[in-house]
Amino acid sequence: MSWTRKILRVNLTTGTVKEEPLNMDWANDYLGQRGLATRYLVDEIDPQCDALGPDNKLIMTTGPLTGTIASTGGRYSVVCKSPLTGTVACSNSGGFFGAELKFAGWDMIIFEGKSATPVYLNIENDVVKLMPADDLWGQSVWAADHALRQKHQDPQVRIACVGRSAEQGCLYAAIVNDLHRAAGRSGVGTVMASKNLKAVVVRGTQGVGNVANPAEFMQSVKAGKKVLAENAVTGQGLPAYGTQVLMNVINEVGALPTRNMRDIQFEGANDVGGEAMHEPRKSDGKPNLTTNGACYACTIACGRISTIDRTHFSVKDKPEYWINSGGLEYEAAWALGPDTGVDDIDALTYANFLCNEDGMDPISFGSTLAAAMELYEEGVITTEHTGGMELKFGSAEALCWAAEVTAKGEGFGNDLGLGSRRLCEKYGRPELSMTVKSQEFPAYDPRGIQGMGLAYATSNRGACHLRGYTVASEILGIPEKTDPLLSEGKAGLVKAFQDATAAVDSAGLCIFTTFAWTMDDIAPQVDAACEGDWSTERMMEVGERIWNLERDFNQKAGITGADDTLPVRLLKEGAGTGPAKGRVNDLDQMLPEYYQLRGYGVDGSMTDETRQKWSLPA
Amino acid sequence: MQKSLHIDPGKCTGCLQCEAACSLVNEGAVNPSKSRIKVFTFHDEGRFVPYTCTQCDEAWCMQACPVDAIVLNPENGSKDVLNDICVGCKVCTIACPFGTINYNTSTGKVIKCDLCGGDPECVDACPTQAITYVDANATGLDKMRAWAAKTDNAAGA
Repeated sequence: MSWTRKILRVNLTTGTVKEEPLNMDWANDYLGQRGLATRYLVDEIDPQCDALGPDNKLIMTTGPLTGTIASTGGRYSVVCKSPLTGTVACSNSGGFFGAELKFAGWDMIIFEGKSATPVYLNIENDVVKLMPADDLWGQSVWAADHALRQKHQDPQVRIACVGRSAEQGCLYAAIVNDLHRAAGRSGVGTVMASKNLKAVVVRGTQGVGNVANPAEFMQSVKAGKKVLAENAVTGQGLPAYGTQVLMNVINEVGALPTRNMRDIQFEGANDVGGEAMHEPRKSDGKPNLTTNGACYACTIACGRISTIDRTHFSVKDKPEYWINSGGLEYEAAWALGPDTGVDDIDALTYANFLCNEDGMDPISFGSTLAAAMELYEEGVITTEHTGGMELKFGSAEALCWAAEVTAKGEGFGNDLGLGSRRLCEKYGRPELSMTVKSQEFPAYDPRGIQGMGLAYATSNRGACHLRGYTVASEILGIPEKTDPLLSEGKAGLVKAFQDATAAVDSAGLCIFTTFAWTMDDIAPQVDAACEGDWSTERMMEVGERIWNLERDFNQKAGITGADDTLPVRLLKEGAGTGPAKGRVNDLDQMLPEYYQLRGYGVDGSMTDETRQKWSLPA
Repeated sequence: MQKSLHIDPGKCTGCLQCEAACSLVNEGAVNPSKSRIKVFTFHDEGRFVPYTCTQCDEAWCMQACPVDAIVLNPENGSKDVLNDICVGCKVCTIACPFGTINYNTSTGKVIKCDLCGGDPECVDACPTQAITYVDANATGLDKMRAWAAKTDNAAGA
């Protein structure tokens, strides 16, 4: 078991809620979470539908290990068609919301249609109601969260919510749960807001008590926790520095995209990295980092809890920001910092707070701002467009201002809310957009880490580090070291990471466990929790099936192999400095082999044989 | 030797492994809403604080119970609820100054920490040693050691 075997179907057009049994045939093929929800989406929507229209559906989904005592077993994902990329969107979040949904007795919620007026969904175990949210519309995530807690008078509810950016149509709006965890990428928040759905409030008191083999499960969970504790990355590096442990590492290997990927190393990296967050500041002697915090059941605890210097220009007159909240994690710190050229850690932390407060993906926001800054330096965007703000690379004032106007959807913030691809097209310079399939890059330059170029180009949700993190192998040597500057052998590496990641996501576990765990640590936990045999081999098969299901959805949505590419800058302009100096990404050398390994046509198209091999729907 | 739970909030990450383990062992399901130990998150302050029964010597709950359903376990000093006798009157929940004994609507009985009979699962589950199980006569030992480490041996000579 470990699935609750119950899903909730919420029709927002008719305002009705009903319970359905989980399709166990699909659970056996797709496990849960990312894979299983994508199977539902493929079955229920037209891949060519308008992502922001009532025909798109939004699925909140847990995995079989979500809500168990397995380390990191608190993940949930949001699956829908993306308004940013036109591909399948699947955004994964930690915190406590996912586990609470499971405690309330639900594997999944499928939202369909569109409400005529703003609503939120209130779940108290089996009692599920749509409630009016007119008074919450126009409020930030933080304000709405506070108002809902006041209203329900229950400090133990868990809330997932969209902010003003989503309401205003920002195409990379996130769904934020527990104030600072987010289903962040691909605009899943924009889809939620398009349905006039402001929030989901959950309280679950039924618990998860149906693992298949409890004794075996506890044994494998304890063994897994021990492996995490004894590993240098998950036991020491991540708790102490968070993912920000990477800032100086990636800068040194010459793969830190800087100033809209014009440069590949950032002179201010040391001022905005994990170590800098521990440094006492001049004003009050306190460091940026207060402590580390964990998501549900996580024994790694990489989360950052931070404050902003009260004397910093961004907050000196705003005591509401003199609090602790979710601090900088690596991808956000990179997008807000090196990619915009800003080396002011308090400005970065403030912008990060705003991304959480109003539900924006900080990666896409920072990257879009970086593109706008390059357009400004090229003279294409001027102070007339911005209302006076000088969008210079390195300007902390510009960063803080841009976060404010984009969060609220004011003025030039609406241009920034378009995302990098649409912004650069609007201003006539599409080549300056650092995106794949219209999604902005994360924090690894594929000229310095060759495998990541292929991972980005072929990712099923556009540029993304969480679809195939070959950085682990190419830089950190996990599970074994490969040369980041060589493209040879990377096709197989990328495929293996993509398949494994799809399986880990679908279990309800966090991908960061795989710094220490192999599938041989994960499969026994799934096997003991779920009925049926879940071997390492079957997990990898499930991962590959999920990958191909996503790819097939994208193909039916009109995405082709021609979209498996990178910006010209990364394919033609050699890196300026560092170990990768002079290098471009050798995508053309990796892609044919990758298609062959995947069983696709030479043009990247899904073949009938591959579709049949994985029993994908026609 | 009696032992007692020792909580160091400074080490807590708020992961709820303790709540998961407590509810799993005592209620048969991972269900933090039925956990005998609770972790409180003070978000704005950036603090996580686990809190549970201290097993008072002159336990208010035990004194208040009109049917003697709460008894001393002489082996480990815990005050245990006898489910067969408890009538669910909730007087103990009013008497306890710390709020660590609570009514369980699914069973009609009260629940509180009983140190898992001398092998507390929360301790085993905690990944950061924020919850430990130590000699009940020396719960201050860690603090004493920390202060002792700060002394300057040379200065006294």
